[in-house]
Amino acid sequence: MIKIWSMKKNEEAANKKKPKTSAAQIRVQKDLTELDLPATMQTNFPDPADLLNFTLTITPDEGMYQGGAFTFSFVINTNYPHDPPKVKCLPKIYHPNVDLEGNVCLNILREDWKPVLNLNSVMVGLQYLFLEPNAEDPLNKEAAEDLRRNRDAFIANVRSSMKGSTVKGITYERVTV
Amino acid sequence: MAAVVHPGQASHLGDWAGRYFHIDQVLDKPGPRTDPSFLAGDGVKKFLREECKILVIGAGGLGCEILANLALLGFKDIHVIDMDTIDISNLNRQFLFRQKDVGQPKATVAAEFIMKRVPGVKVTPYFGKIQDKDDDYYMQFNLVVCGLDSIEARRWMNATLVNLVDPENPESLKPLIDGGTEGFKGQARVILPTVTSCYECSLDMLNKPTAFPICTIANTPRLPEHCIEWASVLEWPRIWKDKKMDTDDPEHIGWLYGVAAARAKEFKIEGVTWALTQGVVKNIIPAIASTNAIIAAACCNEAFKIATSSAAYLNNYFMLIGTDSVYSYTFIHEQRPECPVCGGESVEISISRDFTVESLIEMLTEKQHIQIKKPSLSTPTKQIYLQAPPQLEAATRPNLEKKVSELVADGGEVTVTASSLPFSLSLRITYT
Repeated sequence: MIKIWSMKKNEEAANKKKPKTSAAQIRVQKDLTELDLPATMQTNFPDPADLLNFTLTITPDEGMYQGGAFTFSFVINTNYPHDPPKVKCLPKIYHPNVDLEGNVCLNILREDWKPVLNLNSVMVGLQYLFLEPNAEDPLNKEAAEDLRRNRDAFIANVRSSMKGSTVKGITYERVTV
Repeated sequence: MAAVVHPGQASHLGDWAGRYFHIDQVLDKPGPRTDPSFLAGDGVKKFLREECKILVIGAGGLGCEILANLALLGFKDIHVIDMDTIDISNLNRQFLFRQKDVGQPKATVAAEFIMKRVPGVKVTPYFGKIQDKDDDYYMQFNLVVCGLDSIEARRWMNATLVNLVDPENPESLKPLIDGGTEGFKGQARVILPTVTSCYECSLDMLNKPTAFPICTIANTPRLPEHCIEWASVLEWPRIWKDKKMDTDDPEHIGWLYGVAAARAKEFKIEGVTWALTQGVVKNIIPAIASTNAIIAAACCNEAFKIATSSAAYLNNYFMLIGTDSVYSYTFIHEQRPECPVCGGESVEISISRDFTVESLIEMLTEKQHIQIKKPSLSTPTKQIYLQAPPQLEAATRPNLEKKVSELVADGGEVTVTASSLPFSLSLRITYT
């Protein structure tokens, strides 16, 4: 066998015994403890010992979704950050980029995810969807169509959907705070 | 030249004349670039054939080639782990398997085949996951060769071998030879845990998995893949709620295929087939037998050179690109200082059993050479103290008053993260 040990640079390097904590776990700890969130976003951990499953509540303080509270679930697997976190919108909401099942169309959650991105980037990206809903990438086609055609009517639909009303035959969940 | 072989007796009676005629020419005398520690002749042969224990991870496309090569190179104590059973689609290239073996564990069938075909070689199979085995198990091997198709399994194996390195025990450093193929492309690399760059160091070199924008899948499918993704990403959770999709279950694949095919028809898209459905949801990449042969051969030659010191070994990354003519390149992939597995600093700290978590944190922030602001601490199993978010800070705050010795065993590891650290710092706590 080759003698690898002699290749260890020095005594100090030989002391680099590594912890058994998984790389994903360390990375999540780092991401979470360094979150830099505005007052409009809050995380909640149902089990504070489990860092891989939690929710984020966004309460926009401007824009057409102001006055609502939107909760998303985050599920992180052990292949993070190679795999992006799995994010779903929990309440049923009227939004061009969120479908009725809670799937979210945000590029960095799928095709543009990279390991250099972190949980903070995802959360900021989600908040941006409420400030600038995007009719070009629709998941809720009706909502996108409304936004494209008549912005004022769209805003009126947003307001009533947030109160739990029915918009075009679909009853949305009340999300007003 | 070769004498008559009596199967089953060779291992006891020693090898027949001429069996290793060619290989021995490499082992009997040093070459111009052999390592000075090379023991030409009987010493190295005895090590290779009687003492060296090698572990092969994966008995699939690469694994079959690796096992055959190692056995023919003269490794005699080979172990193999694979969690899969043989599928009919494997038979075109996984040459240790026959039609009658379909449904049987790959590891077991491969081991039996090699032992029957190459007398005197002992192959010990394990049908299960690499994660089932503990450090003591991995400790028994001299080197590990990986022929895997999953990033997750590679990351686990790499981290396990890096963590195994014990500064007091040279035997704990196990060379890892990792092979991988994708169509006409492949790579072979030698990882000397903690000495060279590790698998995690190069994670950013990986191609990202193919993912389509979810809105394209939902609204404007153009490719058969879009229809299959629609079935698996959107329709499965909508219809089956929390029921987990099992990509090895033919019924699940059948359902997805049906849903995808209906959608393809609606959008006049052609090309949704059962095989494509399975390929997309299982993320199957085309496997080419000859690429596997090249990469497995490269891996096994390195295993042989490392085990025998008979020639200089790969330092440390070989890539083969066969998609446009044939191009290969070997380079030194550098260790990444901020690698979460092999990078970062490690510090030994000796404290009294009465030392509280709060005083440990104070100590860390005061240490001149570490310079950490607001450190967060955890052990592999629990959080000790997290600075943020507020809820987790509050949940872990009661620990501040506790003694470190209540939370961490003697010699235990504590992972420290802080924004001022490139990645993390590992503390080894001992008590006075």
